[in-house]
Amino acid sequence: MGFSVSKDPRGVVIVGVDGQLIVGNRQELKQKVLDSLEGGTRRFVIDFTKTGYIDSSGLGVLVSLSKKVREQGGDLRLAGLNEDLQTLFELTKLDTLFAIAKTPAEALAAF
Amino acid sequence: MVLHRTAQAQDGVAFSLAVPSDLSFVGDAVDLAARHCDVGVLSQRRLQFNLRTALAEALANAIAYGNRHDPSKLVRIEVACRPDAVRIQVADDGLGFDPSQVPDPTTPEFLEREGGRGLFVLRHLVDTIEFNERGNCVCLVLRAG
Repeated sequence: MGFSVSKDPRGVVIVGVDGQLIVGNRQELKQKVLDSLEGGTRRFVIDFTKTGYIDSSGLGVLVSLSKKVREQGGDLRLAGLNEDLQTLFELTKLDTLFAIAKTPAEALAAF
Repeated sequence: MVLHRTAQAQDGVAFSLAVPSDLSFVGDAVDLAARHCDVGVLSQRRLQFNLRTALAEALANAIAYGNRHDPSKLVRIEVACRPDAVRIQVADDGLGFDPSQVPDPTTPEFLEREGGRGLFVLRHLVDTIEFNERGNCVCLVLRAG
């Protein structure tokens, strides 16, 4: 359980969420993205391929991070949502706020 | 965090959990409860997604808004897994709230806010949700299947 951070050859940072994104660990994700943003990264993919569930705090931190990245002229994309997570984004209408790709590879290709 | 098994009969499993008012316990508490609910009443998909997410929401609300992170207070979770449904009760020591006053977080003016989606998400994850009159205890029901 936790987060993995990697960078593709073009400098896109990919953050993998392993397990869950909830109130107890959202700050860790936030800090990882903000540290990269501070370091000059402007393109991010959050990879949910290994994510079981996300609570509303997790959704909230994604909204907040997306806004911060956009304010810096960047782009934060989501990828790898399973059917239940995709439904969660649709119910909350957050699918209208984020670019959501089926796989991390698709998200990277879209940059 | 303390788990107390209150019943294990032919018709199901029941247990209670006392969780400190600290958000860092939410993940472990949800994991513990979900493992004890893995008795075949809910499908794996509903157990791993609906139950876990709903309990995380209810527990986080009780810790943050009910007990206001007061370390001297506990959140009490009662779970009963019966053949027809899993029933979860989450109670805090707070003053309660009026769930009808919580705004719809999907409206354009709320969409980019960080918070305010918990109750909305919770309502969509379970089959039944009921609050007591004071608003400091929520009962969630996930029907079998």
